[in-house]
Amino acid sequence: MLESIISKADFVLVSAASSPVANNISTSMQAASGSPGTPWWVWPLALFVVTFILGILAVLAGVGGGVLFVPIVSSFFPFGLDFVRGAGLIVALAGALAAGPGLLKANLANLRLALPVALIASTFSIIGAFLGLALPTNITQIAMGITIMLISALFIFSKNREYPEVPAQDGLSKMLNLKGSYYEASAGKTVDWKVWKTPQSFLLFCVIGLIAGMFGLGAGWANVPVLNLLMGTPLKIAVGSSKFLLSITDTSAAWVYLNQGAVIPIIAVPSVLGIMFGSLVGVRLLAGAKPKFVRYLVIVMLMFAGLSSLLKGLKIWG
Amino acid sequence: MNTQLKTNNEPVRAAQKKATVEVAPEQIRYANLLLYGSWAGIATLLITFALYMTGIMPSYVDPSQMQYYWGMKASEYLSTAQVPHGWGWLKMVGYGDFITLLGIAWLGILTILGYFILLPAYMKKKDGIYSTIVVLEILVLILAASGILKVGGH
Repeated sequence: MLESIISKADFVLVSAASSPVANNISTSMQAASGSPGTPWWVWPLALFVVTFILGILAVLAGVGGGVLFVPIVSSFFPFGLDFVRGAGLIVALAGALAAGPGLLKANLANLRLALPVALIASTFSIIGAFLGLALPTNITQIAMGITIMLISALFIFSKNREYPEVPAQDGLSKMLNLKGSYYEASAGKTVDWKVWKTPQSFLLFCVIGLIAGMFGLGAGWANVPVLNLLMGTPLKIAVGSSKFLLSITDTSAAWVYLNQGAVIPIIAVPSVLGIMFGSLVGVRLLAGAKPKFVRYLVIVMLMFAGLSSLLKGLKIWG
Repeated sequence: MNTQLKTNNEPVRAAQKKATVEVAPEQIRYANLLLYGSWAGIATLLITFALYMTGIMPSYVDPSQMQYYWGMKASEYLSTAQVPHGWGWLKMVGYGDFITLLGIAWLGILTILGYFILLPAYMKKKDGIYSTIVVLEILVLILAASGILKVGGH
């Protein structure tokens, strides 16, 4: 009798171990581990080192850390895309929050300009975050690959203007009183500014928010050209307000990722610390660096990472 | 002589012009909140992460075991490791991996607090449009943070 029970229990255990569910879990866990021969601690350590370098490069090239982080880390690390995008948003958020006070106090980030834009971008970043988490990984990778390659092209061809000319404010700009002034130390004068083409720009911020949330890329790469070239804000106001905007846009998307379990400390924390420390070093190196060379290096890295993401999504490579 | 005087007055004029660029008091208060809040959040991240990685605090999923989960989709990780979604992690802050999320959540709450600083200032100025924008943004951020919205399967 006892033997019969043991043999039945044994049969149940063997069946459970070879069941599709167990197989699925076992297979996905093996696949998830990436490189089985590499000790686990190498990856968070390497992540810290790589993000430290990215932090330096981002400052020298004048781009946001978030836009470099997601494509490069998702290309070269064994982490799932959801976790990389979640960490990317936290990286961009922490950087924006840390830069915000200086920009706000110098009036380089303007609240009147930032608040309506932030409302649009943050609402759409929530939609983007849900889309990104709901879509199959390969579809997200393909879309992200194409987006990153377009961003690299934008970095090559977009020529920002220091003081764009704005002949007259449009109705929406007048209604929201979108104008201001700041002290330009290099010229020793106060610069007054106003904006136009507000409705078209607000439409573009819907798309920017969607992309920021979907891919966790930050959005400075798109905010600055729209604020500067389309709306006509001086370059310093565009850069400052864009950085401040990220603290709001990325907050809403980051909450979605956090609530859906897509933020895990072992990836997010070394990334935030690496980029922050790297940025501090980058600022010190800025005076003696050759920004043009670094900018081209960053563009090549982005193109490669974008292509890698596209090929992974198409299951041609990786 | 006149030229000399002009040259001498240049810095004074520049300083006067600089002084005319006023920053709204609510913008300064918001900036101060971000200044102290963001660095407090980053310091919290550093300390709690050290507690997790060094094993000083027990972990729900040991750092050495995370390699079996970090390549998954988030939804797959939640179900396989039986991790709660939404704010469920708050009940597990006794574990090193969940206490680290406190620093991240704090960074996410800072902007909401900042908007609560802006609201009374715009209401006092009777700026209806910006008061409405601020209220709507608070609602959007609270909705995102609430965890009410969920991702559908595919």
